[in-house]
Amino acid sequence: MSSIKLKNISKYVCKNINLEIFDKELLVLLGPNGAGKSTLLNVIAGLIDYEGSVFFSNMPVDKVPANKRRIGYLFQELNLFPHLDVSANIAYGLRVQKQPQDEIKDRVEELLQIMKIKHLSSRYPKEMSGGEKQRVALARALANSPRILLLDEPMNSLDYRTSKYLRTEFKILQKKLGITTIYVTHNFYEAEEMAERIAVLDKGRVEQIGSPKEIFFHPTEAVNDFIGAPNILTCDYCNRLSFGLIEVKCGDISLVISSEREKIKKVAILPEDIYLSDTRPPGPDVNRVKGKLSEIEESSSTVCCTVITGKNSLKVKLPQEIFASMSLNISDEVWLILAPRKLKIITDGE
Amino acid sequence: MGWNNLANKALNPIISLIYPIPALGWLPLLMLWFGIGEILPIAIIFICSFFPILYNTVTGIKNVGKNYIFAARMLGASDLKILSTVVVPLALPNIFTGLKLESGMAWRVIIAAEMVAIPTGIGALMMKAESLIRIDIIIVCLIVLGIMCLSFEKFFAFLEKKLTNRWR
Repeated sequence: MSSIKLKNISKYVCKNINLEIFDKELLVLLGPNGAGKSTLLNVIAGLIDYEGSVFFSNMPVDKVPANKRRIGYLFQELNLFPHLDVSANIAYGLRVQKQPQDEIKDRVEELLQIMKIKHLSSRYPKEMSGGEKQRVALARALANSPRILLLDEPMNSLDYRTSKYLRTEFKILQKKLGITTIYVTHNFYEAEEMAERIAVLDKGRVEQIGSPKEIFFHPTEAVNDFIGAPNILTCDYCNRLSFGLIEVKCGDISLVISSEREKIKKVAILPEDIYLSDTRPPGPDVNRVKGKLSEIEESSSTVCCTVITGKNSLKVKLPQEIFASMSLNISDEVWLILAPRKLKIITDGE
Repeated sequence: MGWNNLANKALNPIISLIYPIPALGWLPLLMLWFGIGEILPIAIIFICSFFPILYNTVTGIKNVGKNYIFAARMLGASDLKILSTVVVPLALPNIFTGLKLESGMAWRVIIAAEMVAIPTGIGALMMKAESLIRIDIIIVCLIVLGIMCLSFEKFFAFLEKKLTNRWR
């Protein structure tokens, strides 16, 4: 059953957008800056005027004002009210809707407990860290028991570890609450980690919708430009090692991959996730390939190199200054390291 | 005016026209309207303080980030609730700037009015002392005036600190 349906939505850069989000689904809107992601969220929230129609559970809501749409919105800047402490921030939505005092108190307590921020209840936003503010903002967005949750690049200002931790926690919470969620990001890995489905938005158009694997292995041309066309290698041989590790051979390239499944059909990696070196890298000889530089394409800040390794050819993207420091020429020998965590796999039956 | 664009467009030209008139310029008219009594100094203080405080309040309200308004709206607040629970509290620092400035200015204007037109108060006393060549009275009046201006400003500063210091 569809929870949110957008029909011919046009606003600013967005042109005739049609999109359906299913009940209790976590959909990630992925796209570069200026693609229209936040505009689309604001349309769903009713914060801006728009052309087209928005349906919630098949009911048109175009004439319903933002404060009556029952949406929880986690803004990019979080927008915690600086003059209210944590408890008052969380209680704000319940207070303005004139809920009984006892219910407000109980609900705030419950959310402080769920978000593990009980110790922060009397602090003001300026007295908290980015991660703590994030939790408070999420608690506030959930306080009114919204039917839809919108998250606009909420982890942008956080360090990698905190953001990963919060993402994992949020995903568990979203499943537990069963709330239809749209999560906006410009980071493919973040999208892949969070999404059941990804909708890739570029220049105000939905370019592709699918599972993270579909998007990664079969990107359309426009999506290719944004997330980059991955290097896809076909596996000739798989051998199960211990501890959930699989050894695969793709032509002359031998890789060790962490996977529970035994039959791996294809392996893919983005050009920017391959490290290139002009000397043999130190350390164990795992997921390293020796090859010959066959093509160099320079752009403003990056260099895209094509490296031939036996029957395979791999694209590698690296920053201009790093490439310049190696003084490489066509036909030079280079070593490639394929970061194990960044390898994506397609197994039999996928 | 800071909240509603239509009100701003309608009232701004009128206020821009009246604001530059010095408060003492209203004195002859106010004397004719209210006579020389208790209301006259109150009216002078009101005219002197109203516009700067209004401008500071409007600026404060306009400076409240749109994102806070969006956040309040998404939490179900009506426009009136947003104004009273988010916008005005966040505009308080600007409102207090106006109050602090005008607390001193109002004293200065009222003393000037008392010197030229109102026969009671510190201003009138200073004029009487001047005619009797009582420098000691004049100096005491000036000290009292300085203390009054300072205590009013400090009072508003204390109030501002009490209301906004924790979150600013």
